[in-house]
Amino acid sequence: MNSAPSAHAGLQTTAKPKPVSITLTINGEARTLDIAPWTTLLDLLRDRLDLTGSKKGCDHGQCGACTVLLDGRRVLSCLTLAAMKDGAEITTIEGLAKGDTLHPLQQAFIDHDAFQCGYCTPGQICSAAGLIAEGRAKTKDDIRELMSGNICRCGAYPNIVAAIEQAMEAMGGKR
Amino acid sequence: MNNFDYIRASDIADAVRMKAADPAAKFIAGGTNLVDLMKYEVERPARLIDISRLPLRSVEETDDGGVRIGALVPNSDLAYHPLIERSYPLLSSAILGGASAQLRNMASTGGNLLQRTRCLYFYDVATPCNKRAPGSGCGAIAGLNRINAILGTSEACIATHPSDMCVALAALDATVHVAGPAGARSIAFVDFHRLPGETPEIDNNLRSDEIITAIELPPQGFATHYSYLKIRDRLSYAFALVSVAAALELENGHIRVARLALGGVAHKPWRDVAVEALLRGEAPSRDLFGAAADALLKDAKGFAHNKFKIGLARRAIIRTLTQAANATPQVQSIKKVR
Repeated sequence: MNSAPSAHAGLQTTAKPKPVSITLTINGEARTLDIAPWTTLLDLLRDRLDLTGSKKGCDHGQCGACTVLLDGRRVLSCLTLAAMKDGAEITTIEGLAKGDTLHPLQQAFIDHDAFQCGYCTPGQICSAAGLIAEGRAKTKDDIRELMSGNICRCGAYPNIVAAIEQAMEAMGGKR
Repeated sequence: MNNFDYIRASDIADAVRMKAADPAAKFIAGGTNLVDLMKYEVERPARLIDISRLPLRSVEETDDGGVRIGALVPNSDLAYHPLIERSYPLLSSAILGGASAQLRNMASTGGNLLQRTRCLYFYDVATPCNKRAPGSGCGAIAGLNRINAILGTSEACIATHPSDMCVALAALDATVHVAGPAGARSIAFVDFHRLPGETPEIDNNLRSDEIITAIELPPQGFATHYSYLKIRDRLSYAFALVSVAAALELENGHIRVARLALGGVAHKPWRDVAVEALLRGEAPSRDLFGAAADALLKDAKGFAHNKFKIGLARRAIIRTLTQAANATPQVQSIKKVR
């Protein structure tokens, strides 16, 4: 309401911004897409590519439900502008299983009942896959700290930690 | 988010040229703060200049035995870099105390310096904020100010700088290297961020046409006697109410060099060299650390909801200096404070 015009000088868009052409490899499949520059990776995945496993929880980088793997590293797709990631490899929850064989983390989440409503689960699992690849977590304390970017409103945390421990063991501590 | 134009810079000169041609454009690297602010319409740039592909991703030893960190090194890569873990563990610890693993994978070193305050009124465009809309007033002074500053405030602004990494960089006497149309220059870290004064809309002394290229650390890394203690409303993934970076060099049981920097208490990482001088030559003790804390906080001023920070900061300073002196640094994954 108070906003001085100078603070919003950026609004005067005269020409229509140009779309950006990018190629992403998403769950092993190369996709070339023309997108508006303001498209987040999360919106691209969900609205354009129908990959609705990645969830929009807060859309502000505070909950972790949108976590995906980008070139093998866990990132928040809601704060990622897709235009900046031309050439990247993206893995979402839909890309973790090999055919009908669940990823060890997916199996471990089932074994340990590591969710209730399930809304945060795709982000939890992608984040845990990143955590295991990083190879930094040695103890329960480490897992808790390095998974703190993924909020679970149902409070399934003890079972999530147990599931990640199981998957870490199944995957030999590393990927 | 507003519609905007997107261009990609291929090298530093290219980035500087693009910015000179459109001063209202914003650089984007990790984007973790800027994209969020754009979603809240606090920032509405007509053009983004993508600098994420510039060749600024190396961590290299300098000739004098220090280290030069490229501005685009992700926070996680920096925290886990063998050279940083070994020689500058205070920096590793502070980085790992901040944000979440996902955000640390995205956020750049240079961008960490440039993140904006988390003051509630800066984020809420329906309220006054001199930092967001100069001249509109400060919503925090008579509003909800639990997270706001107690040191170096002005009548225009009581915002804090939210970084953990920067608190360690201040303690370690880092240097910021920047480039602009007039060439390259360097800025001492303690002079990089500003106090709010009458112009809280200006966070730091980087000129609007400049870009950060690197952060340099001097050889002395305080790898034995250091600690970073962060106090916040939950045990992880929250901004600091108060944080303390302490680094000591001890000789024959006496303090030869002391460094002390605080986060969460001011518009910039707070260092007070007079307090560090007070520690020099003395043997570590609770009384000494208490006296140092009292000296550092003598001009602290609380507001309706954050007066507790003064006592909290005093205790955190004593605890962190004790941890540093005992070579028992706070481990970020262990929540018990010893």
